[in-house]
Amino acid sequence: MQRHALFTGRQLDDVLAWQAGGAISIRQFLAEAQALAEQLPPGDWLLNVCQDRYRFAVGFVAGLLCGKTSLQPASQSAETLAQIAIDYPGTTGLCDGEFAAGALPCLHFPDLSAVDRRKVTKMPDFPSDTLAAILFTSGSTGLPQAQRKTWGKLVRNGQAGAQALGLLERPHAIVGTVPVQHSYGFESTFLLALHGGCTFWAGKPFYPQDIAAALAAVPQPRLLVSTPFHLSALLAAQIELPPLDLLLSATAPLSGELAAQAEQRCAAPLYEIYGSTESGQLASRRTVTGEHWQPLAGVQLDQEDDSTWASGGHVEGRVPLGDLIALRDNGQFSLLGRHADLINIAGKRTSLAWLNHQISAIPGVLDATFFLPDEAPGASITRLAAFVVAPTLESRQLLAALRQRIDPVFLPRPLRFVDALPRNPTGKLPRQSLQALLHRTTDHD
Amino acid sequence: MPAAITPEVIDQLLPEIAELIISALNLEMSPAEIAADAPLFGDGEGDGLGLDSIDVLEIALVVSKRYGFQLRSDNEDNVRIFTSLRSLTEHIASQRTQ
Repeated sequence: MQRHALFTGRQLDDVLAWQAGGAISIRQFLAEAQALAEQLPPGDWLLNVCQDRYRFAVGFVAGLLCGKTSLQPASQSAETLAQIAIDYPGTTGLCDGEFAAGALPCLHFPDLSAVDRRKVTKMPDFPSDTLAAILFTSGSTGLPQAQRKTWGKLVRNGQAGAQALGLLERPHAIVGTVPVQHSYGFESTFLLALHGGCTFWAGKPFYPQDIAAALAAVPQPRLLVSTPFHLSALLAAQIELPPLDLLLSATAPLSGELAAQAEQRCAAPLYEIYGSTESGQLASRRTVTGEHWQPLAGVQLDQEDDSTWASGGHVEGRVPLGDLIALRDNGQFSLLGRHADLINIAGKRTSLAWLNHQISAIPGVLDATFFLPDEAPGASITRLAAFVVAPTLESRQLLAALRQRIDPVFLPRPLRFVDALPRNPTGKLPRQSLQALLHRTTDHD
Repeated sequence: MPAAITPEVIDQLLPEIAELIISALNLEMSPAEIAADAPLFGDGEGDGLGLDSIDVLEIALVVSKRYGFQLRSDNEDNVRIFTSLRSLTEHIASQRTQ
């Protein structure tokens, strides 16, 4: 079996990450990962929810060193964690802040500052078929779907991502506003550091002023890995930013207007990434040029009827895509829209079918549906609404039960109690009827 | 900066901040319905306002424009300032420049 080094093209004394205290070398990092591996209890699975990007990285590599697969669920709801405890017996949690672990045993990230980095003399490597990570998507049936990522594919993933952005020739220091556990942050911060030659800021800055401070703490060239929502907040704050060299956006469509504004304010090109948790990153484009999407090295798309499939390169198997896509002869493509069932709110994705399954499963709910209203002018993020028939429940009881099951960004706003849903003779809920019902119930408030 | 941040100053500012939250987020409620010490984030008990990180960034922007300072977390818990209406109001009272 072919083996791949933990890092591509890096030496032990190269810098890996930046913290408030300065640079951390790969040698120091490996010493900490080894020390953590010795403290982890036995078992095959590691649920690494560290907020800090560097601590996540230490935990991930500690897991690789002692034969654990990293579990990376889409949410940390009580329901999700309970399901993981059942499906992956022997899972250990690793956290660096407050974490409602439920029944899962959880190790708080220990102080590893006393490790002796001189003991690290060689770069570890791992067989390419090692099951390194499982990322989860919320399937439309209501059960999370496990997406298995082998080490060999992750190596290719990081290399292809770096190549598409020209980072192999000119490695950047990365500041990411996105969580490292989800596919975009995982690939565009962590894997770009392992296999794209980049370094990264350990924190996950949130407020615009925090992003500016993190950028100032790392050397040029700088790459900001973010989302349309965070970029929009950053630009709206109108604060001074240190010089940037590259901007990256994903998880939600980026308007040409916001892209142009970001490029002008930051004097740096802005690239978008297209991909999915199932397939990993598939393509990139510079938004302001209106270019078509250029697939990453080795990635191919093919179509049957109106469905598109991705394969090749770092993609595991052949993966169906949730978007309507127009393929061109030269391999590039354009996105025509999402299949109607898929929901994306500020970069978090789910499906209406999954949400409807969750709300309908709550005791006392007789009938219910979620609904994404037409975009309201002025509102920056359009929220979901829900209609529910539940004569015995109060609003706060129902919201508390929903909170156990779904990510807070998908909580209905508004939640409307009705006597019956406007189902048509075939039992379906036409969009126009729901939009009218929302309008009607709003007027009566 | 105000000369002194007394409990009376905070109490007077509370309705103004409640109104700011409601208008920033288009919530369907009145300022008096936000209890000063109830959690702004959902806590599963059902008495919180149920805000999330999207809301926080939207409120942060409005706060910076009206009160003339940028919110920061300095790698502490991002939303500690948003624990309750009172904690947010106290933070604004201590940081405001206008």
